[in-house]
Amino acid sequence: MRVRVEQTALPGIGVRHDIVTESGRRVGVVTHRTGRRDLVLYDEDDPDACIASIPLNDDEAEALADILGASLMLGQLSGLRQQAAGLLTEQISIPAGSRFVGRLLGDTKARTRTSASIVAVLRDGQVIASPGPEFVFEAGDVVVVVGTRQGLDGVTAILADGDPDS
Amino acid sequence: MHDTTVLLIEVGALLFGLGLLGRLSRRIGLSPIPLYLLAGLAFGHGGLVPLSASEEFFAIGAEIGVILLLVMLGLEYTASELIGNLRSNAPAGLLDGLLNALPGAALALLLGWGWVAALVLAGITWVSSSGVIAKVLADLGRLGNRETPVILSILVIEDLAMALYLPLLTAVLAGVGLMGGAQTMAIAVGTVGVVLMVAIRYGHAISAFISVKDPEALLLGVLGLTLFVAGVAAQLKVSAAVGAFLVGIALSGPVAHHATELLSPLRDLFAAVFFVFFGLATNPEDMPPVLLPALGLAVVTMATKIITGYVAAKRAGIAVPGRLRAGLGLMPRGEFSIVIAGLAVATPGIEPQLAPLATAYVLITVVSGPMLARLPDFAWFKGLILRRSRARRRPQPLPTTD
Repeated sequence: MRVRVEQTALPGIGVRHDIVTESGRRVGVVTHRTGRRDLVLYDEDDPDACIASIPLNDDEAEALADILGASLMLGQLSGLRQQAAGLLTEQISIPAGSRFVGRLLGDTKARTRTSASIVAVLRDGQVIASPGPEFVFEAGDVVVVVGTRQGLDGVTAILADGDPDS
Repeated sequence: MHDTTVLLIEVGALLFGLGLLGRLSRRIGLSPIPLYLLAGLAFGHGGLVPLSASEEFFAIGAEIGVILLLVMLGLEYTASELIGNLRSNAPAGLLDGLLNALPGAALALLLGWGWVAALVLAGITWVSSSGVIAKVLADLGRLGNRETPVILSILVIEDLAMALYLPLLTAVLAGVGLMGGAQTMAIAVGTVGVVLMVAIRYGHAISAFISVKDPEALLLGVLGLTLFVAGVAAQLKVSAAVGAFLVGIALSGPVAHHATELLSPLRDLFAAVFFVFFGLATNPEDMPPVLLPALGLAVVTMATKIITGYVAAKRAGIAVPGRLRAGLGLMPRGEFSIVIAGLAVATPGIEPQLAPLATAYVLITVVSGPMLARLPDFAWFKGLILRRSRARRRPQPLPTTD
């Protein structure tokens, strides 16, 4: 992480994490001991004072983290594509008729067979980053795969038709 | 009418009235403490409608109220937080003590009340109200502000200092001599040290002894332990309040978290009773003569709190507006000042004007403090500071680093 996260204890209340952005703005999160958390934005003229303190419940915080995380990950992926020649990213959807609907990611044995990795699954507009072998597919899932052209084609074949070897 | 019946009617009516006052205070954005004190004044000796049958109930309730206030205060902090704070913010805490305790002591000596009253009044003017200030900070949305940790650590040090001051005061008020006082102090310092050490090393073990699963058992266990330790502490002349505070410190983790939730409503009830009782014990007719000294003391000690906050925030590298926010935020005195005054009032031979002075003083600071704390949020105030800092910078073309 290139950004310095400042952590400050708030005795009796909880803890505050904040960062200063490149544009000079300060943003932080106050985590209360009760589990409550506030997103705080600091004043431009008076960087010691927060102008807004927005309480977020668990779901809201998760949604916000997802939005930030998803845009970040997709950005990193496109960067990866440009950096390494020959390494490609593809989004492959799982059709309703696929035999992997309701089955485990591990069952595809995609990585061992094709050397391409499933790095994320997009479901209902949300990103599930680095799914494990125990991840269960649903119809309509979009799988983000990274690998060589050959590998990506192999994964496409597995997810669409089933076994490429048979 | 039967005595118990009168008691029920009096207690019921007063608690119901306090409920309405609490609602009113929330409506106008004020701490309910001043209203409870005023209610007590109105119904006490020499008040509008003196209560008679319920006096004993309020006396015992007030005692429990103090203990609950302190145990909840202890539950808010962990032992390691206290130690860490003491290490990094001791200079600010020392300055706070010196600047704010001295005016109180000076006034008592000026009025010719003697050394014991000076010690009491020093404590009353020294300690800010953690409860009121924490609430003001949350209400104004300042929990994220960078000067807030400074304010909180001063409060923490004050609370810790109380663990040493209260036993000392208890000993002095009990009239024990130099040897006895030193002995009590030694016991107190030893106890505080041992509890902090045990809490850091074995806090989880003590907590594990009390089950979190069963709320009823947890409530009874924590309340029982607190009252018991408070009683033993009082027996050792180390002040019941300090014993309760230390129990709060020693409990940690999920037990502390759940106990806070369970005890909060009880604390609210008995703390209200405590403030009312203090008002009850004070005769409103004694107030007018001490009003002027109280006002003067309030003005002086509110100014010294501003200096305290300003300097402490400056040490932490906060800019001028934040320093002022820290200073103005520290002004309200509340529960602790009343606890100290309450200890003194119960002692024979102490200056009888002390209680009305303390009441008036707390009323003034607890009402005006939160209002003045809002000052830095107004546009004209911000403009004023901006203009002043610009004016100061103009004669110096090169900014100097400090």
